[in-house]
Amino acid sequence: MKTPSCRAGSGWQNSRGGAESIFVEHVNQAGKTSTANTASLAALLRELVDEHYVISAAESKRPFECDGLPVYKQMPGLVVMPASTDEVRQVMRLCHQRKVPVVVRGAGTGLSGGALPHPDGVLLSLTRLAKILEIDPGAGLARVQPGVTNLAISEACAPHGLFYAPDPSSQIACTIGGNVAENAGGVHCLKYGLTVHNVLQLTVVTVDGGIVTVGCEGMASAGPDLMALMTGSEGMLGVVTEVTVRLLPEPSHLQVVLASFDELEHAGDAVTAVIAEGIVPAGFEMMDSHATRAAEDYVGAGYDTDAAALLLCELDGTEEEVRYGIEQVTAVFRRHSARSIRVSQNEAERLLFWKGRKSAFPAVGRISPDYYCMDGTIPRRMLSRVLTDIARLSRDYGLRVANVFHAGDGNMHPLILFDQSKPGELQRAEAFGAEILRLCVAAGGCITGEHGVGVEKLEQMLDQFSDSELAQLNAIKDALDPDGLLNPGKGVPTLKRCQEYRSA
Amino acid sequence: MNTLADLLDQVRAAAAEQRSLCIVGGDSKKHIGREQAGDPIDMGTYAGVVDYQPSELVITVRAGTTISDLQKVLAEENQVLASEPPEFDGKATVGGTLACNLSGPSRPWQGSIRDHVLGVRIINGKAEHLRFGGEVMKNVAGYDVSRLMAGAMGTLGILTEVTLKVAPRPESTATIRRPIDASDALREMNGTGGKPLPVTGACWHEGSMYVRLAGPASAVAAAAEQIDGSLLPDDRDFWSGLREMDLSFFAEAGDLWCISLRSTHGHLMPDADWLLDWRGARRWLAAGGGGDTLERAVREAGGELWHVRGAKNGADVFAERGEAYRNMLLRLKQALDPAGVFNPGRLYSWM
Repeated sequence: MKTPSCRAGSGWQNSRGGAESIFVEHVNQAGKTSTANTASLAALLRELVDEHYVISAAESKRPFECDGLPVYKQMPGLVVMPASTDEVRQVMRLCHQRKVPVVVRGAGTGLSGGALPHPDGVLLSLTRLAKILEIDPGAGLARVQPGVTNLAISEACAPHGLFYAPDPSSQIACTIGGNVAENAGGVHCLKYGLTVHNVLQLTVVTVDGGIVTVGCEGMASAGPDLMALMTGSEGMLGVVTEVTVRLLPEPSHLQVVLASFDELEHAGDAVTAVIAEGIVPAGFEMMDSHATRAAEDYVGAGYDTDAAALLLCELDGTEEEVRYGIEQVTAVFRRHSARSIRVSQNEAERLLFWKGRKSAFPAVGRISPDYYCMDGTIPRRMLSRVLTDIARLSRDYGLRVANVFHAGDGNMHPLILFDQSKPGELQRAEAFGAEILRLCVAAGGCITGEHGVGVEKLEQMLDQFSDSELAQLNAIKDALDPDGLLNPGKGVPTLKRCQEYRSA
Repeated sequence: MNTLADLLDQVRAAAAEQRSLCIVGGDSKKHIGREQAGDPIDMGTYAGVVDYQPSELVITVRAGTTISDLQKVLAEENQVLASEPPEFDGKATVGGTLACNLSGPSRPWQGSIRDHVLGVRIINGKAEHLRFGGEVMKNVAGYDVSRLMAGAMGTLGILTEVTLKVAPRPESTATIRRPIDASDALREMNGTGGKPLPVTGACWHEGSMYVRLAGPASAVAAAAEQIDGSLLPDDRDFWSGLREMDLSFFAEAGDLWCISLRSTHGHLMPDADWLLDWRGARRWLAAGGGGDTLERAVREAGGELWHVRGAKNGADVFAERGEAYRNMLLRLKQALDPAGVFNPGRLYSWM
């Protein structure tokens, strides 16, 4: 049987036992597994789902103990892998009757511990629901099951000249169901939006095994937007068993401008100026000198390693649109004192320019034993200020930071470099990370742009929301999952936790 | 003129006295949804720009700000609200537009107003003023309450502030018109939609297909070469007429239906009187049609039917989606508006 495995090198780099991490206590309080209960539940589940796909043996459950944030580990009570929407409904009905927690998972590539198993619960893996059900090129849509990978959708519709726009960096492995749960982004969000903008309809199994279709293939659906509510809800409000995604025509032309700058501030201002000029780049990325040098050493993309910052600005569209965009962007970069400006002259060069950026995380992994990837978002104009503050914190904490930034949409991914084998460094990295997220909130931004809250950022939710806002979010959770069975302990802190944190 | 404190007081009092409130912005959308009772709470005067950062492509306004005023402010910076919602004689407000999730002809290419919402402030049924979302493009902290409000027609809370993503105004636009029958137009429009051209509108009205292009002048000119038909001089009236429901088609008396379905679905009931928008994903049907035959056809097509005009008194005008959907909505209503203060019956007779 094919089972997804944990990915090291993202989120917290390096897989390791998390027993000593200060984080793990959040999720281990759930109580003791009752072996007898689990065994009887397994027997019942084996009547609903092919018995090979109800996994109770410890060695077979091991690969599921973490997601893409392996600092958190937890063995699930059972792993269940249904093969159809109907089987999902039956599993949900049974778990609902017996009040068993259910954690839904796709490929387990999430970076916030959102798919961390529950010790007494069922880990519901949807990787067997992996069919592309239909592609309608004329309407520009595809109906797929949640276990289909993000990249597989674009590959399947490429012969029709279409693609699926959101492209998270894990797109080769991550599933569309997981993308919906996290409202995944990628490098093309400024122009093409997040998952929520590229999904038309969802089939959702409710906690008690009911079924609801939300959204509409026709793009206008009456009533509150339940599809948006489900998207990004981290598996806490329902189980998505079918997704209709929007497909877009592949642009006929793509070119990228690579520019380097002596000052971070100049690069930041250049980003703002391009947008103010009325250009909407398909992708707009920034890297600081740590990230640039690491990437250049790793893949040799031809980056200017003496620069303080690097910008990659991609234009797409018709030949005329791209030509127009390139002229405008290069003019803006020149005005903002770029050290060097290069425009990709062919597809190979375009991909080479991107290769450095796309390898930035593993490249940083080569220059530090461990790193911690943050995901704060800020208004673009605050970039220089926030980067200056991060540099100050870096000195205060004695930890290096490499900055990789979806500049177009204000989504920062500072990578905090540390060495777990040195006593106290992990805790210092955690504290540093929390301060960066507070900086983001203070700058008018948010604690997570695309990775989700999961278990990782529960405390930071208190920086972003007031108690009454959190109470409202919890009331929405209670409305759709009164017994708190879907992915308990994730996403939104409980009132009790709020009180503990605020009084601390 | 209502201040925030006034609004909170009115909600608090209504909840305590078990009275319902009827949320009114510009009073321009009586024709959408069901009639409703309740004491009016005036949002039309709760207006104005709170913050506008042109270089961020982000604006925050009070919910009573009209769409026309918003577009005027944006125009000064050469920007627009890309979903081009109807302005309804300058009365439509941002809050009402989001509550009804109304979008114009550009919807399939440039998104709906719901797509452009980054954050909101709302008053819930407990008279709490809450903020969800923010002013950045990417934000996945907490459930997406901002977009949950889209289409809720005020039943889940009062929108007080809305933060929207805006877009640069395209340098140039052009519209190509071509006489063609409706079935062929559906095929053509879906074909055009699949090409990488800067299309921002495709509709069929009174025997002609209209395709709108927008972008840099050079790109629009080059793309226009690739589409058969003749250039429509001064195309703005046509698209604003479509957006504002001012075209002659809408002036006919009698029932009006709006169907949302997959754009490639074949032409339904070819003898009836149709206007096809959103390249076929939104289809308006005037007079004559309707009834059980239409309902069945739309259901079989997996579409959604909205009885815009002519519904019997008290009847539901929006299709709903079965018991699990109904339970879900009722429970959400309870979570946001436990005393049932806001717009009861406006969206559905049972909510």
